[in-house]
Amino acid sequence: MKHEQIETNSALMLVLILAVISIGGLVEVVPLFYINETVEKVDGVRPYTPLELRGRDVYIREGCYLCHSQMIRPFRDEWLRYGHYSLAAESQYDHPFQWGSKRTGPDLARVGGKYSNQWHVQHLTAPRSVVPQSIMPNYPWLIQTDLDYSDVADRMRALRMTGVPYSLTQAEYDANVKKFGQTVADQLDISQAQDNLLKQARDKDFDGISSRVTEMDALVAYLQVLGTMVDFSKYNEDEFVKFR
Amino acid sequence: MAQSPALPAEQYNYDIVRKFTIMAIVWAVLGMSVGVYIASELAWPFLNFDIPQITFGRLRPVHTTLVIFGFGGSALFATAYYVVQRTCQARLAFPWLAEFTFWGWTGGVALGVITYMMGITQGREYAEFEWPLDLAIAVVWVSYIVIYVETIRRRSQPHIYVANWFYLAFLLAVALLHIFNNLAVPVSLTKSYSLFSGVQDAMTQWWYGHNAVGFFLTAAFLGMMYYFVPKQAGRPVYSYRLSIIHFWALIFLYMWAGGHHLHWTALPDWVSTLAATFSILLLMPSWGGMINGIMTLSGAWDKLRSDPIMLFLITSLSFYGMSTFEGPLMSLKSVNALSHYTDWTIGHVHSGALGWVALVTFGSFYHLIPRLWDTKMYSQTLIYVHFWLATIGIVLYISSMWVAGIGQGLMLRSFDDYGNLAYTFIETVEFMHTPYAWRALGGAFFVSGALVMVYNVVMTLWAARREQAGEAKLVAKQLAKA
Repeated sequence: MKHEQIETNSALMLVLILAVISIGGLVEVVPLFYINETVEKVDGVRPYTPLELRGRDVYIREGCYLCHSQMIRPFRDEWLRYGHYSLAAESQYDHPFQWGSKRTGPDLARVGGKYSNQWHVQHLTAPRSVVPQSIMPNYPWLIQTDLDYSDVADRMRALRMTGVPYSLTQAEYDANVKKFGQTVADQLDISQAQDNLLKQARDKDFDGISSRVTEMDALVAYLQVLGTMVDFSKYNEDEFVKFR
Repeated sequence: MAQSPALPAEQYNYDIVRKFTIMAIVWAVLGMSVGVYIASELAWPFLNFDIPQITFGRLRPVHTTLVIFGFGGSALFATAYYVVQRTCQARLAFPWLAEFTFWGWTGGVALGVITYMMGITQGREYAEFEWPLDLAIAVVWVSYIVIYVETIRRRSQPHIYVANWFYLAFLLAVALLHIFNNLAVPVSLTKSYSLFSGVQDAMTQWWYGHNAVGFFLTAAFLGMMYYFVPKQAGRPVYSYRLSIIHFWALIFLYMWAGGHHLHWTALPDWVSTLAATFSILLLMPSWGGMINGIMTLSGAWDKLRSDPIMLFLITSLSFYGMSTFEGPLMSLKSVNALSHYTDWTIGHVHSGALGWVALVTFGSFYHLIPRLWDTKMYSQTLIYVHFWLATIGIVLYISSMWVAGIGQGLMLRSFDDYGNLAYTFIETVEFMHTPYAWRALGGAFFVSGALVMVYNVVMTLWAARREQAGEAKLVAKQLAKA
């Protein structure tokens, strides 16, 4: 076929362009949904509790992902600095993913448990009061703003539609008990969402203000769970290599 | 006596082109100024002022959206609508729909940046628009395609000129990318969750993200290049054959390259290896385009000395060549291990965005504006001034980002004699302060160049208006006498 035929026929040109630009995605993106080894089978990874989920929403709202990655690479310096490299399974319930593309600040994939709640509150409110050279903005409004949790059940329902196992029916709840255990299954029950959120915020009191549930409570709850779900001591060192 | 100027009805619809051209310049100044501001926030964090709406995390999408979709997008609407009419020798189809694309696009960008400042975002880089805006954009985009394709169908030339191939590929690819990357389940008008999660979501997003670069910021601007470089040089495109080969190769290969944004992550190795391979192959069609553009000037090299517009266009192609060499380099896994997550990437993007996209647009606009308003540019000297301010700005920007990025990458991976990490993370942040300050200065140079352009354009339009009003009066007088 001569190129002249294509460039004198707009319909043919459109069809050919569409075909040519579709191939890359069909070969590289589509199979990721069907190849089982893409996401490892590991114990411990669960969807976020209602409070953590709202914290994650705050994290996205403030654009934290633009300076902090959540994806540790398998290098020695990252291992020493951040811990075990991130697994695909660890972000399997992340809609959207928050791997990030830039580390203006450090990686946060395993920040959970590294610092106290009190440190996080202080650091988020005034970063330079704990890390003098930091260039992070102050987030004083997090602790001043009461968390809006009125629509947390709606949010979980939307996530359920994307495939996150938050439960609406008894059958779904039972499946969660089997998969995650009763404590987690209760947290994933949409009908108890608000109660669970309030209970977690009051029990743990992340922001140090027991009388209120603030956005700080939610964000710190989220940060403190990051990277803590998988117990790597249960696995051999090379267990996850085959998935790479 | 009020009488409209006795000019003949325009052969082409320039009105829509004028609108988009002006908005492109407005968005450019706004978007680049926000860029300088957020660059300054990184150097001097007090500039966040504890105001949620202007913290770095919320303003950064404002910057990227204003420059990519506001400035770049409007420039592409303007030039695509101009080029398709001129090369097809046909008036733009569906003028009312074209008008809709203008208000839709402009409104979409404006609403987008306002909502980001309010904290409404999908949390996906370069696709932060929440779902109602995504839908609106999709409608505008489909209208754009309909207008463009129908105008081509009405052409009075048998051949579709090469610039239109690139615009067509850009139109189709962006539609495909936009739709699949933004699939989401809404919670409310202002919040949704993406349909995909984790590794699949990451790959979809970077398939989109890299091709936002490949089609929005490359293929389409190559279309612009293929019209304005030969026009301004007064010579035909260097090689017809090369343009065919590099067109099909470019649009095929780009779609495979997105995975190189996810090297060493939880993305399976096979995808990242494929992506790296295609990224390296991509050097060839990219340089094919650069060579075809630059060599179009062969036999007329003296124009570089006498024509500031040519200077813009050829320099933009040189930056295109440079950043499409740097890109494949950074897509090598070993290089990427150092460069990823650092400011090297930011510098690379800007050598493409400022050096290639912005310069080719400015050059094309200086060619276009006098023709749209049927006049001459107010000042040639100011075009030179703009060129040098812009070029100095780019050089400052990308060299400071090389220092910051490569410096941080090396510091983070260095160990002391005992095998411990040599630097803490915060020491690298401290190190980056100086290059961050230089980067902000480079950005300021670039913005000041754009402001010079604004002044030049305003004076040009002012003069054109006076001139045309004068002509109208003259015609009226003669009519009265007769």
